[in-house]
Amino acid sequence: MFKKFSPKEDIASQTSIKSSVQRHIRASLLKQFPLLAQGEGEAQVLEHIWPKKENITLVKCKEHISIFALHGEPLFFQHFDGPFFPTLRLLHKYPNMLPQVGIDRGAIKFLLAGASMMCPGLTSAGGMLPPSSHSIPEGAVVAIMAEGKDHAAGVGLMKMDSEQVKKVNKGVAVESITYLGDDLWSLQNIS
Amino acid sequence: MADTAGPSEPPVKPIEVLYCEVCSFPPEYCEFGSSVSKCKQWLEKEHPDLYEKYWSDEALVKKIGTLSVENQKKLDVDSAKKEAKAEAKASAAEKKRKESKITIKRVERNKRKHVTSVQGLEAFGVDLKKASKLFAQKFATGSSVSKNLQGLEEIVVQGDVTEEIIDMIVDQVGVLKGVPEKNIIKIEEKKKKGGDDE
Ligand SMILES: [Zn+2]
Repeated sequence: MFKKFSPKEDIASQTSIKSSVQRHIRASLLKQFPLLAQGEGEAQVLEHIWPKKENITLVKCKEHISIFALHGEPLFFQHFDGPFFPTLRLLHKYPNMLPQVGIDRGAIKFLLAGASMMCPGLTSAGGMLPPSSHSIPEGAVVAIMAEGKDHAAGVGLMKMDSEQVKKVNKGVAVESITYLGDDLWSLQNIS
Repeated sequence: MADTAGPSEPPVKPIEVLYCEVCSFPPEYCEFGSSVSKCKQWLEKEHPDLYEKYWSDEALVKKIGTLSVENQKKLDVDSAKKEAKAEAKASAAEKKRKESKITIKRVERNKRKHVTSVQGLEAFGVDLKKASKLFAQKFATGSSVSKNLQGLEEIVVQGDVTEEIIDMIVDQVGVLKGVPEKNIIKIEEKKKKGGDDE
């Protein structure tokens, strides 16, 4: 999504959002990321990421991508009105906000080149998929972890159920949404 | 419910991830970047413990993980190639930057009205919006960033302020710092229009 993204060319507008809409976004984020809903009132995790009294900026980009930024720092983004994705830097801060899948070492360089992740990269000895009791459904937003690494290498979207990935073991398992070194990674501050 | 974390302490604390100052990745991923040797130098100097963790012989053996030795060799070759390519690209960009010109052009709009167009500042890392603001403030006049007919961005300042802008570059004022005066090209353009001469 951000393999080729130039803030100058691809950002159409930046607007502050009405408070009613902000409330709506907060509610969606809390629903989509249960980790952010932990803690009460001021101690709520989301409150620490995005304090209620602060206005988040909607950065509208081409290809129907919306980035939500706080003081210029991108936190979440969305394609059309699909699910919210955290930026990789936010995910690094809260690694448990997303379910995790893991790719083997051989797949890392392909991910960092923008490729989607194929089933064998997750089912091989170096890959990682949750046990069937914690399977991840198709369409879920996931953290893409990598063999031997502590931090996520990317954020992806499951193209099949994780059990299906094990069973079928061919084709695209995870669509890469953002990854280390893409143009969203480089975009640390939208000014 | 006992709240040991205090009233404003969230139950989940953010992890502060260390990022490489050279390639911006977490250091464990430097090997996949295009500046491995520089990254290693930085890490060894700033975080020797992490350097040991990621780059000691033992770590290198462990790191290969499930990857075959041949594939690991290929990865090493790839990363060396990537680095050489990035360096070549950087030096070409530096050369291009050194040669890149800033044109300051006086354009006659009508009769006695002029505007000054400034092109090429972005090649020297100047934020055009900020430079435009600087000109507007300095000359107390209108100034804006727009795309010209060739699709290139330029700053258009109301009035003929060609010499003044050159002076500002010479003096390296504000955001113009780093713009070399020897790369300035001054152009005076006059609209040829019959009967407009006085
Ligand atoms: Zn690095």
